[in-house]
Amino acid sequence: MTAYNLTHLNQLEAESIHIIREVAAAFENPVMLYSIGKDSSVMLHLARKAFYPGRLPFPLLHVDTTWKFREMIAFRDAQAKKLGLDLIVHINEDGIKDDINPFDHGSEKHTDIMKTQALKQALNKHRFDAAFGGARRDEEKSRAKERVFSFRDGNHVWDPRNQRPELWSLYNTHINKGESIRVFPLSNWTELDVWQYIYLNDIDIVPLYFARRRPVVNVDGVDILVDDDRMPLQKNQPVTIKKVRFRTLGCYPLTGAVESDAETLPDIIREMLLTTSSERQGRLIDSDQAASMEQKKRQGYF
Amino acid sequence: MNEHPEHGMADIKAYLAQHERKELLRFLTCGSVDDGKSTLIGRLLHDSKLIYEDQLAAIEADSLRSGNLDGKLDLSLLVDGLQAEREQGITIDVAYRYFSTARRKFIIADTPGHEQYTRNMATGASNCELAIILIDARHGVLTQTRRHSFIVSLLGIQRIIVAVNKMDLVEYSEEVFNRIRDEYLEFSAKLEGVEPRFIPLSAKLGDNVVHTSPNMPWYQDQPLMTMLETVELSANRNFTDFRFPVQYVNRPNANFRGYCGTVASGVVRKGDDVIVLPSGRKSRIKSIVTFDEELELAFANMAVTLTLEDEIDVGRGDLLAHPDNQPVGGNRIDATVVWMAEQALLPGVQYRFKLGARTVTGTVKSVRHVIDIANLAERPAARLELNEIGRLDIVLEETVHFDSYRENRATGGFILIDRLSNVTVGAGMIHCEQARSPRVVHSGGHVSSEERAARYGQRPVTIMFIGISGSGKSTLAHALERRLFDLGRFSTVLDGKTMRLGISRDLPHDAEGRAENLRRSAHVARFLNDSGLICCAAFVAPNEDSREHALSVIGRRNCYLVYLNPPLDACMQRDPSGLYAAAREDESAHVPGLTFPYRAPAEVQLELDTSALSVEKCVDQVMALMEADQVI
Repeated sequence: MTAYNLTHLNQLEAESIHIIREVAAAFENPVMLYSIGKDSSVMLHLARKAFYPGRLPFPLLHVDTTWKFREMIAFRDAQAKKLGLDLIVHINEDGIKDDINPFDHGSEKHTDIMKTQALKQALNKHRFDAAFGGARRDEEKSRAKERVFSFRDGNHVWDPRNQRPELWSLYNTHINKGESIRVFPLSNWTELDVWQYIYLNDIDIVPLYFARRRPVVNVDGVDILVDDDRMPLQKNQPVTIKKVRFRTLGCYPLTGAVESDAETLPDIIREMLLTTSSERQGRLIDSDQAASMEQKKRQGYF
Repeated sequence: MNEHPEHGMADIKAYLAQHERKELLRFLTCGSVDDGKSTLIGRLLHDSKLIYEDQLAAIEADSLRSGNLDGKLDLSLLVDGLQAEREQGITIDVAYRYFSTARRKFIIADTPGHEQYTRNMATGASNCELAIILIDARHGVLTQTRRHSFIVSLLGIQRIIVAVNKMDLVEYSEEVFNRIRDEYLEFSAKLEGVEPRFIPLSAKLGDNVVHTSPNMPWYQDQPLMTMLETVELSANRNFTDFRFPVQYVNRPNANFRGYCGTVASGVVRKGDDVIVLPSGRKSRIKSIVTFDEELELAFANMAVTLTLEDEIDVGRGDLLAHPDNQPVGGNRIDATVVWMAEQALLPGVQYRFKLGARTVTGTVKSVRHVIDIANLAERPAARLELNEIGRLDIVLEETVHFDSYRENRATGGFILIDRLSNVTVGAGMIHCEQARSPRVVHSGGHVSSEERAARYGQRPVTIMFIGISGSGKSTLAHALERRLFDLGRFSTVLDGKTMRLGISRDLPHDAEGRAENLRRSAHVARFLNDSGLICCAAFVAPNEDSREHALSVIGRRNCYLVYLNPPLDACMQRDPSGLYAAAREDESAHVPGLTFPYRAPAEVQLELDTSALSVEKCVDQVMALMEADQVI
């Protein structure tokens, strides 16, 4: 090893910063999708590093399905205030009018209307030509195939069979009016990298990631946190208090908790190293059918 | 997804510290259809216990459904992620897989085998340091094998592991293995800088993947995983030549002006002298800024922000280097290009070329040859078809700076972008050893500049008189020409106003038009100098940018700036072009020095107040300067 070696985390960090700067330099109206989760927290931190000592030269966008955990929303607003962020919150008002919710309409329809359609609404409304997302290739099979700069046509459609070749770190930022690029600065990060980076950089994350005693109900074998009184409880569904935490965060009725004793970051990492299931296992939206994420992505989901 | 460190987990912090120090190895796997690439990767992950139970359950269900292996666990389903791939049982696009062992962290680019997806393979290979090339033991070295090996070597990957797979189907025969190895070596001897290692495998059954196979006692070398963990890294990283493409200019407030980018190669230290290309301006590194701390030095692959001692103009696309170690500059590129579009590459068509943070327009002047992958023979061609690889002569519309790809991946590689569809249509690797500097490009004739200089008894230079209207530029240019002519020298006058009558007749009288006029004039001056003549030029040249550009075209050593700075009143009184009078009538007129400031040059060879000195006295001074510099 020469003295000029970067550790793998330094290397990943530098590559992500390069990607973020390239977007800021080459696009007219970029936006950073902010989902409040750990990956978004890391992406935001990287963006702050990229433009230090300046501020972020683009706004953040949170697509709020109105079914996020309350702690997520509180965390989001506190972060925006603390870091002086330009935060746009978008809600699909049509979906609100129709009272779309995961209980009556199922995860698929809820996700499509309140997340995918809402995202497209927001991107169209503000005419964003590039949007950062915190997705990682190790999360899911179709994501493993996606470019860092992922071209979308005027309808936000991804064509996985016809992706632009992407060589070295020479990203093609050219698009026509109405088209856009989704950009994934964390493409090459793994779940462990993300946790280790959060640990080393002391990055704030939503407390839901840490194990606490919380009220849950068991729905089809998955523990769901009773986050508010919109949760319809059957008589035979007992609420139990368990020490749980979340490996990923989404809409609370669609996100399974895992029983855990991990109260600190090192605990979480230790638990992760010993686990036998992938992080998206707790996500109800992925398991509908083998290629469901690819379909969602083709429709415009991140 | 990670090694299972049940032992030693007591101290998680110690574990993290160890994990943090791991190196990163990116490698790609390539081979023909059905060589078993995806199976091999599945096997690497499976045998090192890097697959989660729910992922395993999902592929068990899929194995039954797709039934490629009669319901047996089909490990390729782990990596073939797209629906079309799973249905057709082939790999279409690069898939990335991540794992780490106790020693290293790995990123695998699983690249498609089929010729139709060669562009995706090049995508996967461009960031890798090592390649595993799979060969089906039953079929031996195929055209695809040669193709993949060539692309891999072309992209600068020196470390190749040739994995002879499906050994179980040839009864683990040493003879078969040796025959394939010899055949491959015969071919690879023609590839530049490639050092292949060979290993017999059965990815499906696990022989020699993670564990040494008991079925092939004749194989003495390491299993594949051990090779990956121990192969030496950093062989093709360049820490010698400092190159920093400016990606983004960060100006959060009036007190901070930082140049953001990733160090492409080499090392830079605080206090280093740097040159900005293409402008040629020089300064010194004031600080190396990062979010975490200010650094004393930065090296290849680090993303940093540099600040300079001087307030000079630096923008996105500029390149910083050390003055004593500069890349090649020019607008002609000799490169090998992999063509990636259905529509053939044609000479004469304009494309966008992206090198570093710079995107410029250019055309392919000619296709020198296309390379026949099967035997590496070169054959003449007029165009490049999809998936063909050829050597091209490229002419860009602007000067760019670059290195040879062999020496510097980051400044020697470029992509071609279609101007209409915006699609990436090609990837190029520059050969610099033969790149010609613009200095000798001009005529292609047989008379050298030294011969001309000897014949005419003069060094052909451009004396550029600059200043506002009425400052005496044309007068002095003609007076100088007369003096030189009388001395038997060869010279001519190039006047901005004359340019306007012909070559630049189409240009407006605004800032942009003025800059373009100067650009054209600079090329004419350069042409005159190249023909051996001394050029007496007269131009307003009101801003530093256009002057710098002109200097870079003409060549700094061959251009003398003479700044004429009489008081504005004197100029207005002379008003030889009637500009000032017109400005009194028309409020929207753009008159440098009057309606907008004339930016005085920072560095000139001579400065003359023509209101205080006679024409003859002024010419005397210019002549003295030329004599002192041995121009005449």
